Amino acid sequence: MTVILNQSFTGISIGAVLLLIALGLTLTFGQMGVINMAHGEFIMAGAYTTYVLQKSISGAGLSLLVALPVAFLVAGAMGALLEWLLIRRLYTRPLDTLLVTWGVSLMLQQLARDVFGAPNVQTAAPDLLTGNISLGGGITFANSRLFILGLALLSVVALTLILKLTPLGRRIRAVVQNRDLAEVSGIATGQVDRITFFIGSGLAGVAGVALTLVGPIGPTMGTNYIVDAFLVVVVGGIGQLKGSVITAFALGVLQSVLEYSTTVSVAKVIVLVAIVAFLQWRPQGLYTLRTRSLA
Amino acid sequence: MSGLSISRRGLLAGISAAGASAALSACGAKTGDSTSADSGAKADTSGDTVKVGLLNSLSGTMAISEVTVHNALLLAVKEINAAGGVLGKKLKPISQDGASDWPTFAEKAEALITDDKVVATFGCWTSASRKAVKPVFERYKSLLFYPVQYEGLEQSPYIFYIGATTNQQIVPALDYLKKQGLTKLYLVGSDYVFPRTANKIIKAYAKANGMEVVGEDYAPLGSTEFGTITNKVKDSGADAVFNTLNGDSNVAFFKEYKSAGLTAKSLPVLSVSIAEEEVKSIGTQYLEDQLTAWNYYQTTPGAANTEFVAAYQAAYGKDKPTSDPMEAAYISVYLWKEMVEKAGSFDVAKVKAASDGIELDAPEGKVTVDGATQHVYKTARIGRVGADGLITEVWNSGKPVKPDPYLKGYSWASGLS
Repeated sequence: MTVILNQSFTGISIGAVLLLIALGLTLTFGQMGVINMAHGEFIMAGAYTTYVLQKSISGAGLSLLVALPVAFLVAGAMGALLEWLLIRRLYTRPLDTLLVTWGVSLMLQQLARDVFGAPNVQTAAPDLLTGNISLGGGITFANSRLFILGLALLSVVALTLILKLTPLGRRIRAVVQNRDLAEVSGIATGQVDRITFFIGSGLAGVAGVALTLVGPIGPTMGTNYIVDAFLVVVVGGIGQLKGSVITAFALGVLQSVLEYSTTVSVAKVIVLVAIVAFLQWRPQGLYTLRTRSLA
Repeated sequence: MSGLSISRRGLLAGISAAGASAALSACGAKTGDSTSADSGAKADTSGDTVKVGLLNSLSGTMAISEVTVHNALLLAVKEINAAGGVLGKKLKPISQDGASDWPTFAEKAEALITDDKVVATFGCWTSASRKAVKPVFERYKSLLFYPVQYEGLEQSPYIFYIGATTNQQIVPALDYLKKQGLTKLYLVGSDYVFPRTANKIIKAYAKANGMEVVGEDYAPLGSTEFGTITNKVKDSGADAVFNTLNGDSNVAFFKEYKSAGLTAKSLPVLSVSIAEEEVKSIGTQYLEDQLTAWNYYQTTPGAANTEFVAAYQAAYGKDKPTSDPMEAAYISVYLWKEMVEKAGSFDVAKVKAASDGIELDAPEGKVTVDGATQHVYKTARIGRVGADGLITEVWNSGKPVKPDPYLKGYSWASGLS
């Protein structure tokens, strides 16, 4: 029982990390169809923002709280800039976005290496987040993981509310469903694109803040997660928030259960095989967007 | 879920690996054609200076450790130059970045030997990088001085192993755990050659010494997800963890370990790849009271060490700690200098012939080169991490231990290869 509870919690916490990282991608890849390989570097930007803030603000707890909005703004601004400089010229050529953003991602990695040095750095977690909640009988929930889980759920709720309830959300959905019709209806699609990119990239920055609680911060930290994030979005169904949420947690739990009964590498192989099999069965992913467009 | 997925870096590494191996096989064909005894690339010793190669990961997941080794090497070169150089020639260090990527190491090693015509190369950290460059140094008959403890079971005529082999680190560490009554071990390591081989040795030792290995897990190099492994450790009934994780996976592992409520008191971890520099960057609060096994600590007593620490901190900053691999790297340059001076020549064959019995009053105490194995006699030391981030010795072997890379002196190791 202890094992099951601890493992489920580990799985959910892996899922929370995946979700937090995939959330921004659901917007930029899922909604807009841009294969943004630089998404991982926005995560890195968020993590380094935390690092910089911790250097200048004493008190790990305060700096972490400040880092959340600041990282959102920094990564979001980088995303909007990338959209304005390059991606908006490529909406008709989605596959080219892959190459272009890959190049950008390599440049950002090198930039980070030049600015922060090649060795990875760490931030100190606030005392509150280094401990755990013990339910007795060996059942423990790490505070840092609970924090990340909370952060992920909060982000999902915020994103859902924005998409469903705000005028901006309606405009985003309109552009996604039919760009031309949205344009002739008087929606400034270019502006909507940039704002969508800002939010999606900003969420990557928030994920970066969360990752500083888990491991080291380095120029290539984003690459460790980017493929997993794409997996979550594709398996969940492109553009489907609900799909991403379910997939992230399902993959997290599956991964941790398999890791427990086999080894880390075997678990990865099985998970990937399962994903390939799933996509054979449902190429469109868990959920699909129903539109009247022919595409 | 990071390592296995096809990352962009992975793809790039694959491409460069293909490129490198193509380049290597081309060179192999070239040197293979000339059957003369001297098929190696000629080191350039004609001028007032000779070049020495420094080959370390200055970027990537291993940079956390290897940059310090690079600094120590530069310090030794600088000191030797200030004292007049070697055989009247100044040393010119040529730094190459292996970038934590084994094919890159092989490429850069070849560049050092063939383009820069270095007289010797110092560096490498992971066994994977060493295995990648080994054929390069052997093909060109050039010398590599390797400064890090490793899994043993290897001997190359063109590598001098200045770090500990297993009987100078892992075996004493196991002896120590056994003496403390910690006999149920959980093995956690990075998924590559050193941890896998080390754990093979540990399992053989455990079997012969009444210890039990209750679990064994590997995480991909650079992995940051340790929730499950920590849970497994917790449920295993182990009374100690033997940690062979490399690089900054240790950061994630110890963060998770503490979050899970595990402490040095409840379940001690003995690490063989974490030294002072890593302790500092992982965070002392995660590592306090945990055990390490090395041959040298910053706190090791002796005049030679006081001088070394002072010189290092004067060069790189008062708060910079020294560590075992740094010390081994530092003395490797001096050992090479002694060999060259005894040989009276930079010629690789002559240097090798002169190596046996070369002694040095090193920061770690007396070290002696064993010409037969090209390893070094070293004192084994177990240490405990203090609140200040420094490691203090809790046990030592009393005298330098003869290197035994193939563990020929241990009957339980007869099945290993």
